[in-house]
Amino acid sequence: MDGLTPPLATRIDGYDFNYLIQEDRVHRHIYTEEPIFRAEMNRVFGAVWVYLGHESQIPNNDDYVQTRLGLRPIVLVRDSAGKIRALYNRCTHRGSTICRQPSGSAKAFQCPYHGWTFLNSGKIGGVPWPDGYADDFSDSKFNLAQVPRVESYRGFIFGTLNMDAPTLMEYLGPVAKPLAEWVDRHPGKKVVLCNANRLKLHGNWKLVYDNSADGYHVVFSHRSLLAMENRLAAAGDNKGMTFYKESPDSAPMYVYYFGNGHHFKDKRGNVERGKPGALWEIEGVAPGMEYFEEKLRREHPARADEFLDLAASEPMNINVFPNLHILGNHIQVVQPLSVAETDTTWWGTAVVDDDNVLDGAVDDINAIRMRTQEGFPNFGEVDDLMNFEQIQVGLQAEEDEWAYTHRGLGLSDRFSVDEAGTIKGPATDEVFLREYFKEYRRLMTTEPNIQIARET
Amino acid sequence: MEHDPSTTSHYVSDDFYQGLMDAFTGWQSDTAEITDPARRDECRRVLEREARLLDAGSNDDWLGMYARECLYWVPASADGGDPRHEVATAFDDRRRLEDRVFRLSSDYAWSQQPQSRTSRIVSNVAVFATAGDEIVMTRSNFLITEFQAGDYRTWAGWYGHRLRRTGAGWEILVKQVNLINYDQNMRNPSITL
Repeated sequence: MDGLTPPLATRIDGYDFNYLIQEDRVHRHIYTEEPIFRAEMNRVFGAVWVYLGHESQIPNNDDYVQTRLGLRPIVLVRDSAGKIRALYNRCTHRGSTICRQPSGSAKAFQCPYHGWTFLNSGKIGGVPWPDGYADDFSDSKFNLAQVPRVESYRGFIFGTLNMDAPTLMEYLGPVAKPLAEWVDRHPGKKVVLCNANRLKLHGNWKLVYDNSADGYHVVFSHRSLLAMENRLAAAGDNKGMTFYKESPDSAPMYVYYFGNGHHFKDKRGNVERGKPGALWEIEGVAPGMEYFEEKLRREHPARADEFLDLAASEPMNINVFPNLHILGNHIQVVQPLSVAETDTTWWGTAVVDDDNVLDGAVDDINAIRMRTQEGFPNFGEVDDLMNFEQIQVGLQAEEDEWAYTHRGLGLSDRFSVDEAGTIKGPATDEVFLREYFKEYRRLMTTEPNIQIARET
Repeated sequence: MEHDPSTTSHYVSDDFYQGLMDAFTGWQSDTAEITDPARRDECRRVLEREARLLDAGSNDDWLGMYARECLYWVPASADGGDPRHEVATAFDDRRRLEDRVFRLSSDYAWSQQPQSRTSRIVSNVAVFATAGDEIVMTRSNFLITEFQAGDYRTWAGWYGHRLRRTGAGWEILVKQVNLINYDQNMRNPSITL
């Protein structure tokens, strides 16, 4: 592909990001101001690798699913030749969307407005009554715009508009390792998406990112969930998120800041690594879990613990800037819609057994796994979202300008930095906030080299 | 061995899932519709009582309308999908339904602080016979207006109830809540639908 177009200009008049993002605090304007939001759609979402979708959503040639890159409407396709492309859902004629279904299979898209047709490679297929044009439509400008760089890692599809961005692997850097560990514990080193818990908040998208490695809020924001999870538990049991209960900063769980805005909360120190059944032991209750556990233990006595661990989740939160989060078995995708409206979609994941290594237990594993995943969005996330919305309300107070990010700042013995530059701190530390906001400030003061591609 | 479904979930089994799929497939046929007005009115009263208890926040009384081995199901797919292979918006067995009520009754369920006020309209009730002697299915449309902290929201769709006649009246075996926006992102879905 070539036919690249010149960079777009972005301006953020009147906002000084060296003032708005400080060492220990951030200004309310980054959550409330429309011009900053519009700039983010280019300087953040136009500059970095953005998660677009999962390969399991488009498993076959000609499959497509709608998504967005920032606010840009995108049709993510696996074209007729098998190539994954992120096409702009925008007719080159008058600008209408050409794809109206959320997902499906199509070799071509016909614009409903005047009938221009595009192959799923993005190339124009034809226009009605072409003899009315002096053109022969061989100019590539009539082919659909598409994201010039699209790459996958472990099933996750990312795209960037920025020709100066590093490769996807360079962008991910050290966060690629936990991502791989999260995927690779499953048979065939893969998972598939299996519908979603879909939530929305009247709040800025960064409120979700701010929270994603926050171990400080857990016992407060999720107080009702913690009480609920333990209402039937025997004393001494550690179910669900209970390892936050006592003194989370002295528990064997840590927050890591990796660079490029990515961070990681690793709670796996609370479970015995490599011991079959260790993940299942800490899983909260879910519909059918006793029935299917007994069935798996009866039918697969030697492997039941291993199978039950696949129905349970690993305690890790992997946060890939700006819009992808892995929590438990969920793939959470954050979609900004406006300065104060954000969708957060919690995709469930299922185990697949293409190579028949699970002795026929895959359906029983998934029957539990579906139910374990429905717990947190219903009983945990809804409370967080209310708190995020109430931040958006609180930040309307103009004269009270700052939100603080300084937990741990100045206490250098709380951190260590390894040779790769990864910062490690205790579970409730806000070091990840301070560090990701530095990267955000760098992005917001840098003009990305945004280009689109078209087939030639 | 007897299991208490409030504390362990043995009844959500292979047979339960298969029975659920069977019960919620192809049940709304003209030939199965029960047209006897008295029977229809009996079932309509169950649905109206349920709406009234939920609007009043009488969660314990509401739970009391459900069978010991029950299901509250809000699919994220058209026609329910197959819950063995996909996540639902909600799929609560007895224990999880009691969890839901427990959480909402605490003072720390922030998504319900302040508590939503709701007004439910249940209408277009049709009752269908099943192969089970004392079991009927009802289909009804619902419109819930929710008011919370200055905001109005609406939830619309249709309910599929599976009801069983008992000595004391009718109990709810399954409530399937089919939202018209089942595949869309929803703001604060924390009330019981």
